[in-house]
Amino acid sequence: MTSRTKTQDAAPREWHTIKLIENPYLRYGLVIVAVVYLFWSVGSLDFNWHRMSSGLTRAANMLARMVPPDFTRWELLIKGIVESLQMAFAASFFGMILAIPLGLCGASNLVPRPVYLAARTIIVLSRTFHEIIIAIFFVKIFGFGPLAGVLTLIVASTSFISKMLAEDIENMPPGQLEAVRATGASFPKLLVYCISPQALPRYLGVSIYRLDANIRHSTVVGIVGAGGIGQVLAATFSRYDYDFSLAILIVIVSIVFLGEIFSNWVRSGLR
Amino acid sequence: MTLQEHAKKYPEVWQRFSPRQTLIRYVWYVSIVFVAVWSVSNLDIPWFYFLDAHVQAMDLATRMWPPDLDFLEELYDPLIETIHIATLGTVATIFIAFPVAFLAARNTTFNSLTWFIGRLILVTSRSVNTVVWGLLFVAIFGPGPMAGIWAIAFRSIGFMGKLTAEAIEEIDQGAVEAIEATGASRLQVLWIGILPQVLPVIYGTTLYRWDINIRESTVLGFVGAGGIGIQLYSSINLFSWQEVSLMLIAVFGVVVFSEFISATVRKRIS
Repeated sequence: MTSRTKTQDAAPREWHTIKLIENPYLRYGLVIVAVVYLFWSVGSLDFNWHRMSSGLTRAANMLARMVPPDFTRWELLIKGIVESLQMAFAASFFGMILAIPLGLCGASNLVPRPVYLAARTIIVLSRTFHEIIIAIFFVKIFGFGPLAGVLTLIVASTSFISKMLAEDIENMPPGQLEAVRATGASFPKLLVYCISPQALPRYLGVSIYRLDANIRHSTVVGIVGAGGIGQVLAATFSRYDYDFSLAILIVIVSIVFLGEIFSNWVRSGLR
Repeated sequence: MTLQEHAKKYPEVWQRFSPRQTLIRYVWYVSIVFVAVWSVSNLDIPWFYFLDAHVQAMDLATRMWPPDLDFLEELYDPLIETIHIATLGTVATIFIAFPVAFLAARNTTFNSLTWFIGRLILVTSRSVNTVVWGLLFVAIFGPGPMAGIWAIAFRSIGFMGKLTAEAIEEIDQGAVEAIEATGASRLQVLWIGILPQVLPVIYGTTLYRWDINIRESTVLGFVGAGGIGIQLYSSINLFSWQEVSLMLIAVFGVVVFSEFISATVRKRIS
């Protein structure tokens, strides 16, 4: 066995792609852990294989009943979609407004520590729970209908936009903030002349993105009775009206697609 | 004309926006307010519900307190199941999302038809909410975690596929050309030239999506697709609010924990 020289070490003959985790023990160890996890999780889940084996024929059957989509009840469809869109617009609007105070309070470089912690707690709490869980509570408090849906989406939008706004403000270079403070500017003046010019483009971008997300979410809060097209969609599924479900799904996909184009167009204009 | 007269005739006042820009801005403001007002007024909101909302909320809060701790034992299995659904769904997504991303990226797709198909799959997957996918798969596979796993996977394909496709479009073309120049086949180019460049993005988005999926899988049970949502929904329907509050605390714990793990690992990777 010949001793390897330094040049050979520097230019190894064998080439391999760069690995994310360089340590082979750790790398293969993680692979083994993943495989063991897969076996454990698949084994512990309660799968009804018998029921599932009939799934493919059921899927084929369902698809056959879905095509062609049934657009004859378009009045109901339009009504639901318009309601969903209105919920999304209203929620985005109020979410945008409510997010400003919450976002400012959540920025650690602007407010005292207790205010910061309180604001962050509100943001984390409302972000943790899925929209549908929040929707159930609003349905219990405000009854069935679009009001519960709008309030749910307002909570979700506010926490999302304010989180982004707070992070954006925290990441601002401190120079401008100090410069404006050094002129003796009051807090409102600081907001108008220093923070808003820096944060506004991103805030508007996030809000537009959120409108887009609200359109998507407004189609689903209806499943628990919070209004919009989701209520109609859930009803079609429970009545096995699959051709109407497909019609609704097609309309939802195209609305979301249009909303995305609009959102991209506005956001590219903001840059 | 003296300087003073000139200044009087053409006063130069600095303005941030030109009149046209100002006009456009005001048109935006007015239309935003208009849309908001139109939406709120058309939703026929029963405003009088706000009058007793605080009473209802307080009533709910008193019914929820204290959380029913005896229920904790029955919660353990559904919580594990929720995590399994999210994880297996995310794992299934990786295998489907990468080929679709490959189709949906302009520089790796075969022709404009395949590109369009790739994009269509991504948009469809993202536009349909996880719960709606859940409804669909419950109808196919019957109630249970399998429907949940596929619901999670089908919703995540759009998310991960889109981000991966964007990453593929931004790769360093030099490495790809170098490998093509050695006479590598298309598959080898994909495997050695493209995949290693987008792998960090794939890992990052997978972890990020996993964390979102944990959140989503907590409600899949509402449509029968497994997880803690089943217990949560039945407790809500039975008005056992003390069980509900315990479950909400548990869900909160799991979601915050997964968010923490996901954020820490992502920070280590990037």
